[in-house]
Amino acid sequence: MKQLMTGNEAVARGAWESGVHFASAYPGTPSTEILENIANYGEICSEWAPNEKVALEAAIGASFAGGRAIAAMKHVGLNVAADPLFTLGYTGVNGGLVVVSADDPGLHSSQDEQDNRHYARAAKIGMLEPADSQEAKDMIKIALELSEEYDTPILFRMTTRICHSKSIVELGERSERTVIPYVKKDKFNPIPAISRGLHTKVEERIKKLQAFSNTTELNYIEWGKERKIGVVSAGVAYQYAREVYGDSASYLKLGFTYPLPIEKIRDFAAQVDELIVIEELDPFMEDAIRAAGIACTGKSKIPIEGELNPDIVRMALLGEERETIQYDSSVVAKRPPVLCAGCPHRGFFHELNKFKDVIITSDIGCYGLAPKDIAICMGGGFSVAHGAQKVFNIAETGKRCVGVMGDSTFFHSGMTSMLEAVYNNSNVLLVVLDNRITGMTGHQQNPGSGLTLSEEAANITDIAEVAKALGVKHIRTINPLKLSEVKEAIEWGLGFDSPAVIITRWPCVLKRLTEDDMKEFGHYKAINKVDADKCIGCKLCIKTGCPALEYHSDTKKVTIDRNQCVGCDVCVQVCPKNAIAREGN
Amino acid sequence: MAEIKNILLCGVGGQGTILASRILSTALVSAGYDVKMSEIHGMSQRGGSVVTQVRYGEKVFSPIIGKGSADILVSFEAMEALRYLGDLSPKGHVVVNSHMMPTATTLSGAEEYPKDVIERVKAAADTKVLDAAKIATELGNARAMNIVLLGALVKLMELENLDWEAAIKECVKPAFVELNIKALAAGMATVA
Repeated sequence: MKQLMTGNEAVARGAWESGVHFASAYPGTPSTEILENIANYGEICSEWAPNEKVALEAAIGASFAGGRAIAAMKHVGLNVAADPLFTLGYTGVNGGLVVVSADDPGLHSSQDEQDNRHYARAAKIGMLEPADSQEAKDMIKIALELSEEYDTPILFRMTTRICHSKSIVELGERSERTVIPYVKKDKFNPIPAISRGLHTKVEERIKKLQAFSNTTELNYIEWGKERKIGVVSAGVAYQYAREVYGDSASYLKLGFTYPLPIEKIRDFAAQVDELIVIEELDPFMEDAIRAAGIACTGKSKIPIEGELNPDIVRMALLGEERETIQYDSSVVAKRPPVLCAGCPHRGFFHELNKFKDVIITSDIGCYGLAPKDIAICMGGGFSVAHGAQKVFNIAETGKRCVGVMGDSTFFHSGMTSMLEAVYNNSNVLLVVLDNRITGMTGHQQNPGSGLTLSEEAANITDIAEVAKALGVKHIRTINPLKLSEVKEAIEWGLGFDSPAVIITRWPCVLKRLTEDDMKEFGHYKAINKVDADKCIGCKLCIKTGCPALEYHSDTKKVTIDRNQCVGCDVCVQVCPKNAIAREGN
Repeated sequence: MAEIKNILLCGVGGQGTILASRILSTALVSAGYDVKMSEIHGMSQRGGSVVTQVRYGEKVFSPIIGKGSADILVSFEAMEALRYLGDLSPKGHVVVNSHMMPTATTLSGAEEYPKDVIERVKAAADTKVLDAAKIATELGNARAMNIVLLGALVKLMELENLDWEAAIKECVKPAFVELNIKALAAGMATVA
């Protein structure tokens, strides 16, 4: 049976067909749907982990115990999981283990566009790169088999366009895998004396993988009508190359990209006039090909930055540009993403922004759409605040740092950041914006939400109790939609010589409320309207950034979009003329 | 079947652009075409601009197109048509919904929404303007305007013989199948 699938859906299907026993991930675009789809297959134990390191470690445990396992993450997530990854490269596996890295060239929704192919080389493990959904499904099976055959984890490198593009997949059936019996082995316990021996095996393994790479059908030649141009490419870049050159070039299409099939590339290069390496981001293949003494063209013409597409490749290599419609695009208004109408973050930031000499250190989440001064990485909001506060104090600037992060980010890596501020004592204000769900990536459950990935009841970790256990002396939980409560809490929190913690507790406006949520927060949704006679057009409500509010320059009045308003009442509290009230009142 | 056709659908988060693309892709696959569809997830739920691309033919390589490559641009919101007009082939067609949705910057008064946006699109390309919101409301649900627009696309791309009923049944909840079939027919009827 044929089905149109995204690369992410195909990875999930491939995992199921290959008899995978255990899968874990932390959500992150563009990788999130891999685990969401694996969770649809009841045979696989599938879980959201608190972070990527934990996800990989859990998958390692599953592999060592003899199961087939997958850990999935976005590119920056692999930085978090790098510690276990490198040692895993030494220990090898028991059951097959695949680590999926979903890179984001073009930064569609990321803070950098790092090229994670380098991890395969750095950790000395095998790497596969699918070029469409069919390959994504097929290669997961091959990756698990290679993992077991060569005793290596496999890095399965995808990119946004592979993850989120749909193409046709021929479905197969699940072949059940018996769990390989666990036997205590030295390699699972890499103390220095053992690891020295493991390193020798790693170097032997890379040679074997090199030989495999040169012979496998995963790396194949497609001869075109001519042999003037020979293209070496992999992943989605191969599709762009085919689009640009069609049958006029010949291709060495790579699916197994670390170690590279250098001898196969050398043979191919000898049979074409010019070798062109077409790859997104870094010259990962090009550098290795040049180092082997094979002449090629690559990044001297093809951009190293951003995502490629057929146009960019065509312009770079052929100097040809497509004819386009000429028109004035300057009148098109920007359409940036904004905090939703009714977002619980709005009230908190509206008040926080009134405080002078406050530096907001934030990180990765919807709240990153609110004003901020600094953001680095998941969980960084609190520790960056701590370090900055120490130096602001040394310089006697009087500046105060307020660190903000969401509930899921707090569980991801914010707990140790909070501990830093407690242990090394700084007068920071740390705010957990607890909207009861992982918002930015589309509502994944987390350790505080009460449900697992499979929507079964889960133990709930209480953020205030965690803060207390970490040693925070000043903790307050507030409703972020009550502006007076927010203002008073921020003033309170900035009044100490040691860290204070505020937890703003209100569900994401898009969250499907659970029974517990209903009990705690009630059915609060209502609609507000503006009394045009009272509205003076001061735009104070507009400054909250709510997309349900519209200012009309002709009438100098504000109106509220009934379809968006949920009655969060932030604008009601901001209006100096009491012009906004519930509909019907 | 040899020639690859490129369709670009654009709109605003929440308008059902992706659902329309899924119905389209499903019907094309059932008809035996090779199909690739590309969408960008991420922050679209938060009122951002959404674009999906559907490519079909005998053998499709790239899941995305470049500038000046779309055979047809279907815009679910008026101004979004102007935003993506550069992706349309100079020989291509536009189907644009006359429905206008403000942006965060126009709501606050920081930028003006260009009121003459439809005229601008018409001046630049062969354009079919639809009041899809009105048509869908007459059918009983304004939210079905995405399928009305899909209907116009189907007719313009001469795809009316595909099994749309089956595709709709595969992609939407049973309660909305009837409405969507009617909306598709209403959209097709707008094109002579």
